[in-house]
Amino acid sequence: MPSAVHPLSLIPLGLLLGEAALGLLSVNPIQDLILRTGKAGLVLLLLTLACTPLKRLTGWKWLLALRKPLGLYSFLYVSLHLVAFAVIDFGLDLALISQAIAEKRYVLAGMASFSLLLPLALTSTKAAQRRLGRWWRPLHRLIYPAALLAALHYLWLAKVPREPLIFLAILGGLLALRLPWWRIR
Amino acid sequence: MVKIPSSELTPEPVYLSRRAFLGGAGALSAAALLAACGTERFVSGTTTAGPGATAGLTDELGDPANSLDQITNYNNYYEFTTDKEGVARLAKGFTTSPWEVSVGGLVAQPRTFGFEDLLALEQEERIYRLRCVEAWSMVIPWLGFPLSRLLALVEPRPEAKFVRFETVYRPEEMPGQRDRHYPWPYVEGLRLDEAMHDLAIVATGIYGHALTPQNGAPLRLVVPWKYGFKSIKAIVKIDLVETMPVSLWMALAPMEYGFYANVNPDVTHPRWSQASERRIGTRARRPTLPFNGYAEQVAPLYAGMDLRQHY
Repeated sequence: MPSAVHPLSLIPLGLLLGEAALGLLSVNPIQDLILRTGKAGLVLLLLTLACTPLKRLTGWKWLLALRKPLGLYSFLYVSLHLVAFAVIDFGLDLALISQAIAEKRYVLAGMASFSLLLPLALTSTKAAQRRLGRWWRPLHRLIYPAALLAALHYLWLAKVPREPLIFLAILGGLLALRLPWWRIR
Repeated sequence: MVKIPSSELTPEPVYLSRRAFLGGAGALSAAALLAACGTERFVSGTTTAGPGATAGLTDELGDPANSLDQITNYNNYYEFTTDKEGVARLAKGFTTSPWEVSVGGLVAQPRTFGFEDLLALEQEERIYRLRCVEAWSMVIPWLGFPLSRLLALVEPRPEAKFVRFETVYRPEEMPGQRDRHYPWPYVEGLRLDEAMHDLAIVATGIYGHALTPQNGAPLRLVVPWKYGFKSIKAIVKIDLVETMPVSLWMALAPMEYGFYANVNPDVTHPRWSQASERRIGTRARRPTLPFNGYAEQVAPLYAGMDLRQHY
């Protein structure tokens, strides 16, 4: 079961590349690339956060082993999302990009989320975990604000808030399940 | 592709305007429309994206027109779906005939026009840039007639200050209209002087053919210096009114959508930066032009207005 995480996480990328190769994307393919990598990243981030509460619910220990690959696949999509935005869409035009960051709170939230996820991805190895020792765990709690910023990023850019609100509600539930109140039985 | 049956192109003799500029226009324009349908300009719907597919048509700035494939497969038309690529499929088979448009309100001669009556007005090609508020754009060769000509027929009264447009409400055919999140039907508005400006047209076709349902068939507004959402589709009602109409987007999100919605790279939208845009079919972003490149013609309409406030 845990090894299925790899092919499953790569499905969105495979679909995207396949459709691009077959010319099945819309006439605005850059938009498709940005939206779809962003959504895959967010979904995987929520799945990462779902492992711990689900493990507590079911007692299945293998769920905990999914956190690392799910988190890293999320980071892969988020990175592709950022590259699509900054390089493919904005052609690394720093003036336009900084204007977008300054003008748009959703761009700022997205950038902030990425910069919180970056150290987590970089310290995901066993070696880094050993080196960081007792700091590793608090550092990786950055996933909470990162996920919140990512969900806000989506909420603030969407014309219709319904889907982002569903994501936010799920995230809120996943975070609430971590509160001590739920653990007292 | 919707073809207009030749029966629909027959000039309607009902039209008995005294206005000189309309004399004989019916027969002439119908002939022009038929002729346009037969030209090489029509691009097959199966053609893939690319400027080469447009037979060298360009806007006045020299940018190539988008292909019919691009224009008919990437649509914002929430009456059907919020999925831009899904509109074409859901709009297929949408009933556009018979079609009537009632033009009334503060006018001397309120009238209900059949679509054929409007086709009898002289149709001309206008190659316009369409700038969506989502920061993408296309160049589209419309076929249509100036809105001013239609308004002149009903003789607006002096109290009329604004024009209010309404889209058909037909939830059984338009699945998006069953979504109660939106205050259907779609409503848009123009100030009367904007509506009378020669650039504002009622479009009935693209590339010399009748509009497809996903592009607003059988008739829609095209106001090229404003964001695309102002160019209301599938119009059934036009009223001249004294007070500023509240558009659907203004009602839904008053902080985001103003009445004017002129394309303006300096006024940012909460969601999309408006400084630049992506032209469909090209890769690089391009700077967005004030009034979508039509400043010379329309900026005088807004002389003395603070466009940051009246966004």
